[in-house]
Amino acid sequence: MNLLSGDPPRGRALQAILVLVVIALILAPFLFPGAKALNVAAKTCVMILLVASYDLLLGYTGIVSFAHVMFFGVGAYGVGLALYGLGAGWGALAVGLVAAAALSLALALAIGLFSLRVQSIFFAMVTLAVAYAFNVLASQLSWLTGGEDGRSFKVPDVLQPGFRLIEGKVFGVAVNGKILTYYLVLVVAAAAFLVLLRVVNSPFGRVLQAIRENPFRAEALGYRTVFHRTLATCISALGATLAGALSALWLRYVGPDTALSFSIQVDVLVMVVVGGMGSVYGAILGAALFVFAESYLQDAMGALSSLAAEARLPLLPALLHPDRWLLWLGLAFVLAVYFAPTGIVGALGPSEPKTKSIDRDRTQPSAGTP
Amino acid sequence: MSAALTLQGVHTHIGRYHILQGVDFDAPAGRTTMLLGRNGAGKTTTLRTIMGLWRASKGRIALGATALEKLAASDVARLGVGYAPETMAVFSDLTVKENLVLGARQGALDDARLAWIFGFFPALKKFWLSRAGALSGGQKQMLSIARAIVEPRELLLIDEPTKGLAPAIVGALIACLNEIKATGVTILLVEQNFRVAREVGDEVRVMDNGLIVHRGPMAALAADEALQNRLLGLSLASHQ
Amino acid sequence: MSALDAGAALPRRRLDVLPALTPLAVALVAAPFIGSLSTFVTLTAAGLAMGMLIFTMASGLTLVFGMMDVLNFGHGAFIALGAYAATLALAPLASWSSADSLVLNLAVFVLAIIVAALICGVFGWVFERLIVKPVYGQHLKQILATIGGSIIAEQLLYAVFGPAQIPLALPKTFEGSFVFGQAAVEKYRLLATCVGLLVFAAEMLILNRTRIGLLIRAGVENREMVEALGYRVDRLFVAVFMAGSALAGLGGAMMALYRGQVHATIGGEFLVLCFIVIIIGGLGSVGGSFVASILVALIANYAGFLAPKLALVSNILAMVAVLLWRPRGLYPVSGR
Repeated sequence: MNLLSGDPPRGRALQAILVLVVIALILAPFLFPGAKALNVAAKTCVMILLVASYDLLLGYTGIVSFAHVMFFGVGAYGVGLALYGLGAGWGALAVGLVAAAALSLALALAIGLFSLRVQSIFFAMVTLAVAYAFNVLASQLSWLTGGEDGRSFKVPDVLQPGFRLIEGKVFGVAVNGKILTYYLVLVVAAAAFLVLLRVVNSPFGRVLQAIRENPFRAEALGYRTVFHRTLATCISALGATLAGALSALWLRYVGPDTALSFSIQVDVLVMVVVGGMGSVYGAILGAALFVFAESYLQDAMGALSSLAAEARLPLLPALLHPDRWLLWLGLAFVLAVYFAPTGIVGALGPSEPKTKSIDRDRTQPSAGTP
Repeated sequence: MSAALTLQGVHTHIGRYHILQGVDFDAPAGRTTMLLGRNGAGKTTTLRTIMGLWRASKGRIALGATALEKLAASDVARLGVGYAPETMAVFSDLTVKENLVLGARQGALDDARLAWIFGFFPALKKFWLSRAGALSGGQKQMLSIARAIVEPRELLLIDEPTKGLAPAIVGALIACLNEIKATGVTILLVEQNFRVAREVGDEVRVMDNGLIVHRGPMAALAADEALQNRLLGLSLASHQ
Repeated sequence: MSALDAGAALPRRRLDVLPALTPLAVALVAAPFIGSLSTFVTLTAAGLAMGMLIFTMASGLTLVFGMMDVLNFGHGAFIALGAYAATLALAPLASWSSADSLVLNLAVFVLAIIVAALICGVFGWVFERLIVKPVYGQHLKQILATIGGSIIAEQLLYAVFGPAQIPLALPKTFEGSFVFGQAAVEKYRLLATCVGLLVFAAEMLILNRTRIGLLIRAGVENREMVEALGYRVDRLFVAVFMAGSALAGLGGAMMALYRGQVHATIGGEFLVLCFIVIIIGGLGSVGGSFVASILVALIANYAGFLAPKLALVSNILAMVAVLLWRPRGLYPVSGR
């Protein structure tokens, strides 16, 4: 199927679940009426794009970077500040998007080229430091970014909640600007996702995987690893930027905690691992599962916590408090890292995964050292 | 008297490369066995597998009556195996003294033993408190071997000690190896330099493609040019 | 044998002094911009104290990475744990803390940091066995697992101690400053500097004069060869990990006392700083971390005074600058 770039998901179970998720997302406003549900759906779309673009870097190219959320932030702030400062028009939106893309590309190039100078071990830590610095900068330049409080802004008319496309209700739902925004987010995210699918299945994508497996060998075979890694970094950055722009558009707000915080990066890591590294379909599963759990698990935890408190059990009410949902997530994450490194996709898919696992067992020496 | 080393059907995989494909040989007790072969034949892999640095996927390795194949490297070492790797692996930031101290598992350096070592490696005494990283290539090789023999061992595994050394130094190293031989320790020596092989080796084993293709006394191989040519691709006389 | 003997006289061990002078260079460059001597002294003293605290937290991390190539993103959790652990010791002995007696104050202080170090050492062992050991040799999984571990640890701290900040008062006699002419040097900073120097001295002594230190130094260079010489490097590593965690806790406790409050976010904040320091210093080098800690702290302090907006990113800039000059850090370990 050309739409899926010749790489459809393998395995009945995987296909079934993916189809369900996609249908749910497409019909979300009608299947699950209510603001919260639509929020969950929109966030899922954004996260799918963010995670898939991260997996391009982590799962396919084998580059560990903590700067991904920085690009997300650039996209969010680019669009947000443009709409804030230039008025709520499509032109402003375009300007913001282009500016954000340009900045992201510049940063991605800088990071990619800097990684040449230092060992890959350093690289991960350096990206962490850079992302941290960016976060701080955004808070400090409050005259521009609104500092800690961020900026609220209006979106183009058609996307405003007050706008009505069709008088009366369709399937019991008012087709207003929010719904339109949702479908914009969905369509753009889907298109970008398909582009990423195309990239990983192209000759370029295969070279990335070769580089991940054995950079020396790839270099010896004549592939310019520098070019490929840098290009992968740029594509990944652009994906994240787009995701950030969509996020800002949906929330009609941009601020350090929604656009730049390290917890978003951690969330992305969790989604990538739980969904399955080295598989873009894993991004869909990981994102859907995570966002769903984040939104609805906390309610369940709250209920359990109250029960535990009433039963006068020690420590349990604190452990089950909804604010501690990260604890359980962290636990699930660590367990996934140990016991299910190929994620849900690996568990559901056929026994021969299309891409090899990144890690090599320590008892076996690393390839390339005779 | 040291023990004999035996390998039976040893396979080693590195990643997805099958390097050792069923290695069978023995290195007799108290004798020096040469392990020869082309580049990439698997000689270093064999030593590392015996040492326990790489895990054999199949087969048995025994030093005397003790099985080695499942042991970790530190346990193999504690059985009395000394190892001088191809890369020499001297600790550059440590002094010559500190390097040797590490080789002495019992804790303290034995003065008599040290005096004996200084006898054929005088440079080590001269640069006793100098940083090992500043030594020349030949001196580092001395240090690496000295560290392996700083205490009496059951088995010595030495990997290409003369690689990259000037011919004059090779002669000195041969003399040292012969002195070490005289202590009656079992030695398995990998070498590309045939002069060393001929002058030091009692037995020879030739490897190719992860298998042993020839076993026998060194003298026999040294006398048979046609055999040398067949096994090693060129006459060993030219490989000095 | 003379052939082996030959060769030029061995060069004396040349100590590479240039990297060690970078903090001095920074101080000299900043001095004219700061102008007043008293401000300079205050800032420099503050920087030195902060540097000592950071060094305490970071030195363990550099050895852990140097020895086993383990990227421990959970290190920050021990900084935070140390801070909370200090409260456990200080709360019941509040009377000692508020008493106007140097002896009592010192006693409770020493007790608090020792308790912090011990608790963190023990949990370091737990963390290493449960989270780190299963993923030896797999960098990616280490990063992920230790991040996961740090999330769990932080949440557990909130669950046990509550999510709010806990105030922590400095013992009475540590409050205030010594005044030298126009310059004021906070008393606590002086204490922190002393503790940091003691830690550094102890580490250098252990590393350079003991057998275990010898093993650690050799292990940082070539772990495999140390194993091939008959030593159980993984056991050694556990000890180093525990020590590193204990030191992180000690540093965290002291930092919390300085700030007057305890909150788990201190972990993440100083984790980034520790990474920057060990990168600048050279992975595996304790001396390098020492110099780098001072450098980073001085830069942060001077920048905080001269260009406040840049202060928080000054460390990143310093790191980039150092890496462009010396890609492997100020004092890289041979063979890495």
